[in-house]
Amino acid sequence: MKILVCISKAPDTTSKIAFTDNNTAFDKNGVQFIINPYDEWYALVRGLELKEVNGGSVTILNVGGADNDPTIRKALAIGADDAVRINMEPTDALGVAKQIADYAKENAFDLVLCGKETIDYNGSQVGGMVAAFLDQPFISNASKLDMAGNTATVERDIQGGKEIVEVDTPFVLSAAKGMAEARIPNMRGIMAARSKPLSVVEPSAFENTTEIASYELPPAKGACKMVSADNPAELLNLLRNEAKII
Amino acid sequence: MSILVYANTANNKVHKSAFEAVSYGALIAEKSGDTVTAVVVGNADDLDTLGKYGADKVLHVTNDKLNDFQPTLVAQAIQHAAEENNASIIVFSHDLSGKSVAPILAAKMNAGIVTGAVDLPQKNADFIVKKAVFSGKAYAHVKITTPTKIISLTPNALEKKEFNKTATVEDKAYELGDSRLKVVEQKFQSTDLPLTEADLVVSAGRGLKGPENWGMIEDLAKALGAATACSRPVSDMDWRPHHEHVGQTGVAIRPNLYIAVGISGAIQHLAGVNQSKVIVVINTDPDAPFFKAADYGIVGDAFEVVPKLVEAAKAIN
Repeated sequence: MKILVCISKAPDTTSKIAFTDNNTAFDKNGVQFIINPYDEWYALVRGLELKEVNGGSVTILNVGGADNDPTIRKALAIGADDAVRINMEPTDALGVAKQIADYAKENAFDLVLCGKETIDYNGSQVGGMVAAFLDQPFISNASKLDMAGNTATVERDIQGGKEIVEVDTPFVLSAAKGMAEARIPNMRGIMAARSKPLSVVEPSAFENTTEIASYELPPAKGACKMVSADNPAELLNLLRNEAKII
Repeated sequence: MSILVYANTANNKVHKSAFEAVSYGALIAEKSGDTVTAVVVGNADDLDTLGKYGADKVLHVTNDKLNDFQPTLVAQAIQHAAEENNASIIVFSHDLSGKSVAPILAAKMNAGIVTGAVDLPQKNADFIVKKAVFSGKAYAHVKITTPTKIISLTPNALEKKEFNKTATVEDKAYELGDSRLKVVEQKFQSTDLPLTEADLVVSAGRGLKGPENWGMIEDLAKALGAATACSRPVSDMDWRPHHEHVGQTGVAIRPNLYIAVGISGAIQHLAGVNQSKVIVVINTDPDAPFFKAADYGIVGDAFEVVPKLVEAAKAIN
């Protein structure tokens, strides 16, 4: 089974978010970058587990510049076989999806896995777009994925519940919590990752459909108004008459 | 030109988030003079309510292939409707169905898309939509540069407005392709309202010490008409069902009121709730980081404070 896992690079969850260039660019100063957690913990690790049971290969795909290579090496250290970086700064989800789909078309994967969203842009877009470009089924927010031959049984989150669906390969899936447990790369994995193939592919032509005009930080929260533990009824009074929400 | 809104349904009812999306489309149309067309896939017995929130017309798409949720086919149906009605803007709710369908449609129509919008688009020289980014820690103003534009609206981001129109309902039987996806089983939660759509949420964490102590949290939620939620450790230990877990890896919510009991407020938890309009924190530890993100706080023992709150809430209602 040939599995493609799409990973994005994202600032560590605890990063301080600030902007530069008149609020048009994210300030990368002092920011630690990680593999987007949904891509790593759920899509990549489940891909590896399926490979360990069924054989095959796990290829990492990332769209980004050369500064993403350490992040890609980490995915190789966790256990992927090889990696491809499409050499383009990602600025538009549709553009990123087009690059992924173009690569996937040429290399016929059984499964294309990604996380349900990135923790920086929070778009939840790329998986569905890749599926559309490939004319393949898309299963979003999947919390379980089991394979029997070419047939997958997938549990997906739907509004108000869960659904179990069956689908034959090839398909595209976005992974959510429940799919797998995070793996920490061991020393052997880290050493092996250094010599695993990471090829760089130039992007195909694409015209952006969106661009970020500017960023904005939310207004600073005012001080928390404290209510005495002896008089919780006062809290409800404030919520009703001051905040006017109950 | 027209504005098209995908109004998703479940259990023969139009979703609350779909009404918000329709109202959002109608608010855009109010300025531009466009007509608002709602697309409903499958059965719903309250289609006339869509007029109340601003739809001029409802396209009711019926096709046996759509009995199960098939994102690819739903996208096809919406594309038919968009082309037929010369739609310039297509609106979704940024809920689980919107997250599935909208990106597929964007790729099929090569339309610029902004998911998770939190405000109406700015239409001056450019068409710009505001959305939350960095897990709620910032906003981006995103310009869409294509003629057809797709926006998905974050649930609870904008108050829905009543327009009290009377919508005409047209049945549509669009030709659709085949799907390879087969739904084997559906499991719905017993709660009526998905957490993402609840206006008021009462949530609790490890401070409650064990699942047997959740009675008072449920009592408080009931007295306020709120949904219940929990922190990650609580769902990981199976004290509460997984669908109640809010935070970065769980669901992200944006209620009017979020009451957190016995939750310290780790950054991963805040990422799922920091868009709430009002946050109340009840914790024994005055140094709990959550107080910094809160509007109101009580330093105290949940086992003493919450029962008193329940009594007070009952007295109000």
